[in-house]
Amino acid sequence: MRYIRPLSIEDAAGLLAGSTGTAAILAGGSDLLVRMKGGFIEPDLIVDIKAIEGLSEIRETSEGFSIGAAVPCAVLGESKALKKAWPGVVEAANLIGSKQVQGRCTIVGNLCNASPAADSVPALVAAGARAVVVGPAGRRTIAVESVPTGPGKTSLAKGEIIEAILLDKRHPHSGDAYLRFIPRTEMDIAVVSAGVNLTLDEQGRVKSARLALGAVAPTVILVEEAAEVLNGSKLDEATLERLAKVCSGACRPIDDKRGTVEFRRKVAGVLAKRAAITAYKRAGGK
Amino acid sequence: MAGVAVSTTINGDNFEYLCQPDETLLDVLRDRLGLTGAKEGCGTGDCGACSIILDDRLVCSCLVLGAEAEGRRVETIEGMAHGDTLHPLQQKFLEHAALQCGICTPGFLIAAKDLLAKNPDPTEEEIRFGLAGNLCRCTGYDKIVRAVQDAASVMKGA
Amino acid sequence: MNFDPRYSGRSFTSVGTRPIRPDGVDKVTGRARYGADFNMAGQLVGRVLRSPHAHAKIRKIDTSKAEKLAGVKAVITAADLPDLTDGDAAMYDILDNCMARTKALYDGHAVAAVAAVDARTAKQALKLIEVDYEVLPHVTDVDEAMKHTAPLLNDAIFTEGLEEKPVKPSNVTKRTQFGHGDIHEGFGQADFVVERSFKTEQTHQGYIEPHACVANVSSDGTADLWVCTQGHFVYRQHCAQLLGMEASKLRVTSSEIGGGFGGKTHVWAEPVALALSRKAGRPVKLVMTRDEVFRASGPTSATSIDVRIGARKDGTITAAEATLRYSCGPYAGMWAEIGAMTAFACYKLENVKTVGYEVLVNRPKTAAYRAPSAPMAAFAVESAVDELAKEIGMDPVDFRIRNAAQEGTRSSYGPVYGPIGIGPTLEAVKSHPHMKAPLGKNQGRGMACGFWFNFGGQTCTDLNIGMDGSVSLAVGTVDVGGSRASLSLVAAEELGIAYEHVKAVVADTSSLGYNDMTDGSRGTFSSSMATISAARNAIKILRERAAQTWDIPVEDVVWEKGHAIAKGEKYGNLAALSLREIAAASGKTGGPIAGHSELVADGAGVSFATHICDIEVDPETGSTRVLRYTVVQDAGKAVHPTYVEGQYQGGAAQGIGWALNEEYIYGKDGRLQNSGFLDYRIPVCSDLPMIDTQILEIPNPNHPYGVRGVGETSIVPPLAAIANAVSNAVGVRMTHIPMSPPRILAALEAER
Repeated sequence: MRYIRPLSIEDAAGLLAGSTGTAAILAGGSDLLVRMKGGFIEPDLIVDIKAIEGLSEIRETSEGFSIGAAVPCAVLGESKALKKAWPGVVEAANLIGSKQVQGRCTIVGNLCNASPAADSVPALVAAGARAVVVGPAGRRTIAVESVPTGPGKTSLAKGEIIEAILLDKRHPHSGDAYLRFIPRTEMDIAVVSAGVNLTLDEQGRVKSARLALGAVAPTVILVEEAAEVLNGSKLDEATLERLAKVCSGACRPIDDKRGTVEFRRKVAGVLAKRAAITAYKRAGGK
Repeated sequence: MAGVAVSTTINGDNFEYLCQPDETLLDVLRDRLGLTGAKEGCGTGDCGACSIILDDRLVCSCLVLGAEAEGRRVETIEGMAHGDTLHPLQQKFLEHAALQCGICTPGFLIAAKDLLAKNPDPTEEEIRFGLAGNLCRCTGYDKIVRAVQDAASVMKGA
Repeated sequence: MNFDPRYSGRSFTSVGTRPIRPDGVDKVTGRARYGADFNMAGQLVGRVLRSPHAHAKIRKIDTSKAEKLAGVKAVITAADLPDLTDGDAAMYDILDNCMARTKALYDGHAVAAVAAVDARTAKQALKLIEVDYEVLPHVTDVDEAMKHTAPLLNDAIFTEGLEEKPVKPSNVTKRTQFGHGDIHEGFGQADFVVERSFKTEQTHQGYIEPHACVANVSSDGTADLWVCTQGHFVYRQHCAQLLGMEASKLRVTSSEIGGGFGGKTHVWAEPVALALSRKAGRPVKLVMTRDEVFRASGPTSATSIDVRIGARKDGTITAAEATLRYSCGPYAGMWAEIGAMTAFACYKLENVKTVGYEVLVNRPKTAAYRAPSAPMAAFAVESAVDELAKEIGMDPVDFRIRNAAQEGTRSSYGPVYGPIGIGPTLEAVKSHPHMKAPLGKNQGRGMACGFWFNFGGQTCTDLNIGMDGSVSLAVGTVDVGGSRASLSLVAAEELGIAYEHVKAVVADTSSLGYNDMTDGSRGTFSSSMATISAARNAIKILRERAAQTWDIPVEDVVWEKGHAIAKGEKYGNLAALSLREIAAASGKTGGPIAGHSELVADGAGVSFATHICDIEVDPETGSTRVLRYTVVQDAGKAVHPTYVEGQYQGGAAQGIGWALNEEYIYGKDGRLQNSGFLDYRIPVCSDLPMIDTQILEIPNPNHPYGVRGVGETSIVPPLAAIANAVSNAVGVRMTHIPMSPPRILAALEAER
């Protein structure tokens, strides 16, 4: 087993591409070390990406935000500009684990761990976030929802590594929100979750909407019908009821130790409704 | 497997050690350096008993590799008191009987220290959510929250 | 021994104050040493191989590859722990639980163990051990296990306690029955009858410190064991018996203990560590992982309980009946029996009958968990009591007051009560401001009562007075949460000196006589009794030394406020001699001064509590939030009130966790699915409100200071108090614990 701390993203990708055994990327380690402890993974190579320049930074550009792969989620919560623009993404990222875990975990790690219950992913999908992927073939930018392909599986090829997550500059009258259901108040994995991102027109009607649900299918799902329900509305009671119904219907959940099929279906609708109301208020809707 | 040579600062003192690439910082502290104040309650970041501060960030040392401490600053419970003067949090934990068995106490003290450093005047709710990463099975948290409230008011006055 | 344990009604100087505990500074500075904080030179790392199957015959274990791995110093299986139990069935079960002999009986059952130079080598070695299993059908549910068609765990078990001896083996090891009167007649007199069935899921004590020990067996047949335990003397006995050693050759030192709650009253890893050390000829450290703690240690029973209670229109209960089925894991236990004894202990009943069934299932061996078996029985009974009060149209507190047991009541499990606290706790609740506080939408208030026996048992302390007048107190009951402070207060009180001059330690098994473990809420009750007795024995010597100094008869010397005083006018000019002065002269007056005590602390006063809980339910998600919680409990006499409050709060918090979210979840394959703190959800800080406490003091007549045990009762009422609160908040009667959001939402949907 080797532990290497490369100084460039190209070196990191090269190490991963050239590795013969199991290679693992280490940023926050809050998933990797748990899997190592449980004996689920025994990497031959650990590539610590935290020394790579720029990877631990949030950059605000004319197009929006670029969040480096090694930025701990706690830092997202400390960025006033990011919090103002994308409060839903930040609240989702800040729900992962405890304060202790917040100091380490990253949204890229959360995305690449490919759990359908990952907290930050529904919010990122709703936000239309993109991932910058670096690999042997160079650099490409893809939608975040195309990264996880199933529980624990991603579309990334050998040697590919996500360098940053990109979030657009915010349109006026926009707001996002994320809600999850957990049995306790903290320290749980989402049983169901919902991320909503809305932009309103001058009259306060929904102009565009994206809604994603977590922990109700093998991957986080973008519910296209939800956008159809929301578009043109002011989130009146009837719209919200239809939204809940559409979201419950979009679920393909399982029974497991964290919840039942019936519970997930029902609560997915409830959370979608509640998150939509919050996003609507944040967008300036009344 | 080759050992990794690490040079780091722990509670203000320089330390150098060799560790395995997959060895956690918690194991390094406990088994190599004899600093057994941080406890392993779960090894998966779910109980907070191994809490330490790494470059001003509260972390679970069971979720950090020993190799990652290279060039960084580590603070553990062993460095919390100044000589024989207890930190106000330590003193208030004693006065309020905020510990029964005491196994979670070092982790709580470190987490509470981090909390008050970032928010010197927390509400009860902020304390409760701020310490939610630390499990205590004995106290029901009541006396822990009160001790942190009391320490906060003492530290503000200081 | 002429020790008089009766309550004397004295006033107190030290007892009842709240000083800082003597072990406190070590615990806030990280210096206190727990199970895993101790090391020995040349120590090896021990690890255990565990069955992945819920039920399997072990055909063969091949350890040869593991033995050949460089760095492996010993590999053991059941063959290295021969059966020395000599027909002692309970000890045989302990042996089989430590290391499976012919069958693996649950997911996590130990089948082999290794000792190696480091953790990595030990882990690798476990992978090289080949176990040939024949997987058998399994059963994990208590009701399923009682069916005739259920897989049998042990075909040598025939149910005990039946009128006719059974001809077929069964998973039910025993039937027990308690009660008096005629329930048929009683139900005939009832105007209202409530009948319901309840289930509770299995929970774990959830101590934050995993089991840990360091064992060192020497070639001369002596051994040392450093271990976190609630009872090092009991561990010594069990380990010595299982390893074929003389007890006195095995010295067991109890480390600081990071929580036990009943779960550290049983040996698991310790005999294995000793056997590894014996084989390797080196010290072995064995620390369980959290996964092992959940899969292989501790849990409480899962239960299925039927309750029927009848009452007249005026609110008098005429009859009460309960059938209780408790899972024991794969070995016989007496968990349902305890549940059957406690079920109706709060009430004065003419006609009562309880029946308990002990049921074997493919889960870990059930261990005690804080007032073991009582919370589940109280959940069922107190839920039905609330429902009955509602049907009659009476306030639930008034209904309970009307039927509460009193001094002189014959309890449902047999004995007649002395002075008890159930009535006073109910009266205190009735007048508590909490009961009058307003409630909002979707909020409900519930209350419930709880009972626990409290134990006494064998106890021994040594009290030594130094030549500087300071006192060292050696006790044999492990300090699980502040008892060294309480016992120091008691020694100070009895001797009439300041608390600061007493230092209490927990002595190892070679330094003190036998002590039962810290369980049954006995630590402070029994060790304080032995401390008082030891102090009185020391005072007798102090008086003798003073009499000798003064050259007067010892009968004329009394002990008051830390001084020997010559009684009577004829000694008017003799200045009182302080303890310090007598101690300073002891070298010349007959040598060291000490008091010892060995006793069986009888008469642990029974304990009662009543809890109030406010809860809010989100009717759209089934989510719950505890808004306010109040504990009222009788302590007899609170020696250190802060630590008494701590026990009340801690027990309530554990009960809240049990009521709402904690449960063992088994898959269809019989494997535990949530063996970690992420998915075994104990309450976190943000889940709970402050927990208010009210200490009542109804003196125990059988203790000099009136002390009763306080540790356990507080976990008994919460399950029912919360179930009643949920019922009052949203109108559904929850019959399955934990009341997790999916269960509450399903119950609400069923009502809609």
